[in-house]
Amino acid sequence: MQFGIFSVSDVTTDPTTGHTPDDTERVRAMLTIARHADEAGLDVFATGEHHNPPFVASSPTTMLGYLAGVTRNITLSTATTLITTNDPVRLAEEYAMLQVISDGRMDLMMGRGNTGPVYPWFGQDIRQGIPLAIENYALLRRLWTEDVVDWEGKFRTPLQGFTSTPRPLDGVPPFVWHGSIRSPEIAEQAAYYGDGFLHNNIFWPMSHTRQMVHFYRQRFEHYGHGRADQAIVGLGGQVFMRKSSQDAVREFRPYFDVAPVYGHGPSLEDFSEQTPLTVGSPQQVIDRYGSFVEEVGYYQRQLFLVDHAGLPLKTVLEQIDLLAGEVVPELRKIVEAKRPADDVPLNPPTHAERVAAARAAGQVAATHVGDTADPYTGTVAEEPRPTVRSGQAFGL
Amino acid sequence: MSTDRTLVVVSAGLSQPSSTRLLADRLSAAAARELQARGHGVSVETIELRDHAHAVVDAMLTGFPTGELARAMETLTRADGVIAVTPLFTTTYSGLFKSFVDIVDPDALAGMPVLLGATGGTPRHSLALEYSLRPLFTYLHADVVPTSVFAATDDWAGEGDRVNPLPRRIERAGTELAERVAARRNDGPADPFANAPSFSDLLGGA
Repeated sequence: MQFGIFSVSDVTTDPTTGHTPDDTERVRAMLTIARHADEAGLDVFATGEHHNPPFVASSPTTMLGYLAGVTRNITLSTATTLITTNDPVRLAEEYAMLQVISDGRMDLMMGRGNTGPVYPWFGQDIRQGIPLAIENYALLRRLWTEDVVDWEGKFRTPLQGFTSTPRPLDGVPPFVWHGSIRSPEIAEQAAYYGDGFLHNNIFWPMSHTRQMVHFYRQRFEHYGHGRADQAIVGLGGQVFMRKSSQDAVREFRPYFDVAPVYGHGPSLEDFSEQTPLTVGSPQQVIDRYGSFVEEVGYYQRQLFLVDHAGLPLKTVLEQIDLLAGEVVPELRKIVEAKRPADDVPLNPPTHAERVAAARAAGQVAATHVGDTADPYTGTVAEEPRPTVRSGQAFGL
Repeated sequence: MSTDRTLVVVSAGLSQPSSTRLLADRLSAAAARELQARGHGVSVETIELRDHAHAVVDAMLTGFPTGELARAMETLTRADGVIAVTPLFTTTYSGLFKSFVDIVDPDALAGMPVLLGATGGTPRHSLALEYSLRPLFTYLHADVVPTSVFAATDDWAGEGDRVNPLPRRIERAGTELAERVAARRNDGPADPFANAPSFSDLLGGA
């Protein structure tokens, strides 16, 4: 199982000090957090995408492209990429570029977004959220898997003879997750394509998460991608830890009580009971998160929200150290021991695994389109690609 | 098909004892009598919103109901008929009543037989049932019975309306609800997963 962190990139006043970071400070904090997660040994860093204050993460591939250059091992991802309001042509281009720059050390997660005005700001209608997600993603896949695309749909200018560049790394597109909290249609979409499904359950009772994941698994099997227990599942989560649970609760409560998302509502204790929020010792986090496999079956990715509600950067980095140092090694042992069979994927597929599978199936696409001499320069663009090291593009 | 029917009473009275609850109980008793006379077994379950007041606000802030409130929601959506009674505060239903309605799934009351009741200090507020409660439930596509029952303080003394006194209004409303409940059985909320469109439908509709 992969363990990582995801950020919603909120700029929130620290209620204990009154300090509010400006946008630059917050963006830089996110970069520091991602690099620290890589150094500490976590598996995934995922950024959200938002187009309204108080959130700063508007340009995920710019951020992730930089991180691809300065990190070594961590998988870079999104939580989520707006498949509704982004042009699928731009998504195809940007994420293929990120895939090439990161040398395949990335994947991405589609989401619809839940901020009403973002739709009209980008020329769309929120009531068309599901049809937009369906049509845009269908086009995005074609742009990655077909060299030259003729296309016509409801929401975007038609395309004639369009080629999205760069072509996907090794002719194999990035792995895609679909995130949805309430809509069976999106679980159906993930199942249809054999993509991953992440239920971001941070504000939801496990009873609901279980239903959604179960539905996705059944439909994954229905569409012939494997058995239900072989479907690729991810969950969200949120934790705050100190060595002793009393210290954790004492330190986190002032943040919880006024946090924009759940502040002034249920008590920390009630909210923790109903959702995956766990405030306590590393052992409490291990015990709680070690039990979710019982609810949804063995799953491949667990993401934690740790940098929110105005927590200072230093504290967030300490949380990452506790996660990577004390929680993940033990939690990994516990959950992986519960994997029902050896042919249930241990982790989501890596780029190398996807390339091997595509080659075995004879489904590798071209890595360049138009292998003819450039009529203007007389040179051929396609030359043997030298082996690139991740980060080389940045002179690292 | 079973002939048993469940009536769910939603009472938004704040004081205890409450005249709102008193009216709600009279209305449910009238409907139950009429259903029994038609050969139905009847059970009545009552949701006192006062008991869930904090949980209602929490649900508005977090987006999901929990604990006892989640169970009350489940009870409501599985009802065969609903009797909804609120005190009138500053010209309309109470804020707690509206907040509760706001967190009910918007589809949960579609087609549901509903009898509306309200209590207030003077009969001058009686039309609030028609200009505020009825449109609210019409919006939710509930099947609201024609007679809604307003009880002013004087009605409890039998002095409110000597021509068409409260007990007669209660009987008429209860009978109207019973007729609808007898004719329809609620098989529970639609399963969102069973009704999810297949992907070919989604692609075709895109």
